[in-house]
Amino acid sequence: MAPQRETILRVENIAKYFPITRGIVFQTKIGEVKAVDGVSFDLAKGETVGVVGESGCGKSTLARLIMRLEHPTRGQVFYQDRDIFAMPGSALRRLRRNIQMVMQDPYTSLNPRMTVGDIIGEPFEIHRDVAPRGDRRRKVQELLDYVGLNPEHISRYPHQFSGGQRQRIGIARALALRPKIIVCDEPVSALDVSIQAQVINLLERLQNELGLAYIFIAHDLSVVRHISDRVAVMYLGKVVEIGTEDEIYGRPTHPYTQALLSAVPVPDPTARAHRDVIRLEGDVPSPANPPSGCRFRTRCWKAKPICTEQEPPLTAQQADPHLSACHFAELRHVVA
Amino acid sequence: MTDIQIQLDRVADDAHLLDVRDLFIEFHTRDGIAKVINGVSYHLDAGEALAVLGESGSGKSVTAQAIMGILDIPPGKIVSGQICYNGRDLLSLPEKERRQVRGKEIAMVFQDALSALNPVFPVGWQISETLRHREGVARADALRRAVELMELVRIPAAKQRLRDYPHEFSGGMRQRVMIAMSLALSPKILIADEPTTALDVTVQAQVMDLLAELRRELHMAMILITHDLGVVADVADRIAVMYAGRIVEHADVHDLYAVQGHPYTKGLIDSIPRLDHKGQELATIQGLPPSLMDIPRGCPFHPRCPYRKDPICSTQVPTDQRLASGTRTSRCHFAKEVLDGTAA
Ligand SMILES: Nc1ncnc2c1ncn2[C@@H]1O[C@H](COP(=O)(O)OP(=O)(O)O)[C@@H](O)[C@H]1O
Ligand SMILES: Nc1ncnc2c1ncn2[C@@H]1O[C@H](COP(=O)(O)OP(=O)(O)O)[C@@H](O)[C@H]1O
Ligand SMILES: [Mg+2]
Ligand SMILES: [Mg+2]
Repeated sequence: MAPQRETILRVENIAKYFPITRGIVFQTKIGEVKAVDGVSFDLAKGETVGVVGESGCGKSTLARLIMRLEHPTRGQVFYQDRDIFAMPGSALRRLRRNIQMVMQDPYTSLNPRMTVGDIIGEPFEIHRDVAPRGDRRRKVQELLDYVGLNPEHISRYPHQFSGGQRQRIGIARALALRPKIIVCDEPVSALDVSIQAQVINLLERLQNELGLAYIFIAHDLSVVRHISDRVAVMYLGKVVEIGTEDEIYGRPTHPYTQALLSAVPVPDPTARAHRDVIRLEGDVPSPANPPSGCRFRTRCWKAKPICTEQEPPLTAQQADPHLSACHFAELRHVVA
Repeated sequence: MTDIQIQLDRVADDAHLLDVRDLFIEFHTRDGIAKVINGVSYHLDAGEALAVLGESGSGKSVTAQAIMGILDIPPGKIVSGQICYNGRDLLSLPEKERRQVRGKEIAMVFQDALSALNPVFPVGWQISETLRHREGVARADALRRAVELMELVRIPAAKQRLRDYPHEFSGGMRQRVMIAMSLALSPKILIADEPTTALDVTVQAQVMDLLAELRRELHMAMILITHDLGVVADVADRIAVMYAGRIVEHADVHDLYAVQGHPYTKGLIDSIPRLDHKGQELATIQGLPPSLMDIPRGCPFHPRCPYRKDPICSTQVPTDQRLASGTRTSRCHFAKEVLDGTAA
């Protein structure tokens, strides 16, 4: 185990419900989507926490909450012990510098009408103290070089770059203000495998050199294992299991984590024979109407009456001391 | 039995069920000519599963579209080559006969089921319409058959769902509807083009299991197109790796994962993170795939290749080298050395 490091970000029981409305002029609320529903975890300096789960489980909403792009229905996010939703203006400006984001789609997250120089330099417009005007071009070129792009391409437009290169532009923009944390929302999901590896290596190099902490969201469990120190598994707005990379992959105790791991196709036909096959029935239920008790129970092969009645808390389990939210948590080695 | 089928059934036994030979396809666009398929050959025997693996733009879908006869012509243009089904070249068939093959002999499922299904008709109607239109089956029989097909792809409460519209199905169920529709005319070959790429991992696993089961139950041959090395390992017998419109390596699945005979395949396999251990820094393939408007001289992979030797790699186009077990091939001047691990 790594030595205890200083916590930089703490997420406490955060929730975000989106109203479901009917009508256009007179909107009436007819329900709620519980996109994120009571998530807690913390992030240490220089650490990577991976977040995995199927689409719609609330990963992007969680990211947007941490970025303060959404206001929570309840709960808090503390950056260096200060609640980001209760910060005065000056602290907020500093916060914006310290937490940056890289998004999935390098095609839509960059303004097609701006040059790469303007895109990467844009944060300097808002935070003028970071780079004096005369210094900006040089700074942007340094950043381009740093993320493995040609500094001479500063005047090109996003469409003149490949997908992987565009993702590097997004990373350079995120780095411009020298943040402490980067929230990466599916940063390599749209990329081909050979390009994906280049971007992952880049993110790891930047972390080592700059001491960055990452929240790394992805649906690819192999990628998440590779990059993460700790991993949170989400299902329908909740964290169902959280632990070190080794605990989650090597000693999972939650049935959902086990099913998720079992479903990953492994590029090794000889390993197939030795794998523990768990197949879930059906799709994920709607977050507008999640099952009572344990939200996973409708797809769970272990479900008993208690699972309908009581929501299992996320706690240390007898089977293994890392946190898992299941009434019947037990070890199962899914990944050989 | 239709005329064409009688003819098709008469061909020589030694022919492959499907034989794509030296296919060249271009796209003529405003920006120039893109050489998208540059001599693709692959074959498929009855009941076999071939995976076609490659990164985006390598020509996987275009090849499949040419087999199905649904290529956009123009801008697409089949420059040369043959696509033989049961010994007959589909490319030289008149459209009327070609239509007989489509769906009935060779059917296809696509990545995006929502856009492949018609949003304004109930799914049961869409499946039964294929049967009525193509086989002249009476309405009631066609609907009954549609229920059977939906049951075949394990759609729960199939009969009740006959009148549901595509948007009323979840992503995974929609993909099953499309598979049911593709099976309506009992094809001999099913081409599945990235059938699970848009699905979540637990649903992807269900759909891949279904395809593997159907293949066994129906003795159907399958071409599985994917960019996912994991998906391939789970279902295919053989694998063809595409790069810049060529098959660069072709091998049995087990052989290919054990050791690679082409630097591109080796690069791909080395660059994926593993689920079963954390691993060190990932290996990468440097650079980017070439523009198809301007494919490098010599071996198209040479600018990215860690084993390249000049001048041969930058001037001579490699041909298929046969490797160890008879059917294994690699389009690399140093295929044997790469396979043995003696290439430097
Ligand atoms: N702005 C919004 N308004 C209403 N519902 C939303 C909004 N954003 C997300 N949701 C819903 O919240 C749930 C979680 O979405 P999201 O956080 O994007 O999940 P993920 O990133 O894990 O796929 C989904 O059901 C989604 O439809
Ligand atoms: N209708 C079209 N017009 C122009 N170019 C096309 C068309 N369809 C495909 N292409 C080009 O052909 C190449 C191969 O495409 P495709 O077979 O779809 O690749 P993939 O391996 O990702 O399935 C790509 O460069 C693509 O841009
Ligand atoms: Mg998301
Ligand atoms: Mg394709």
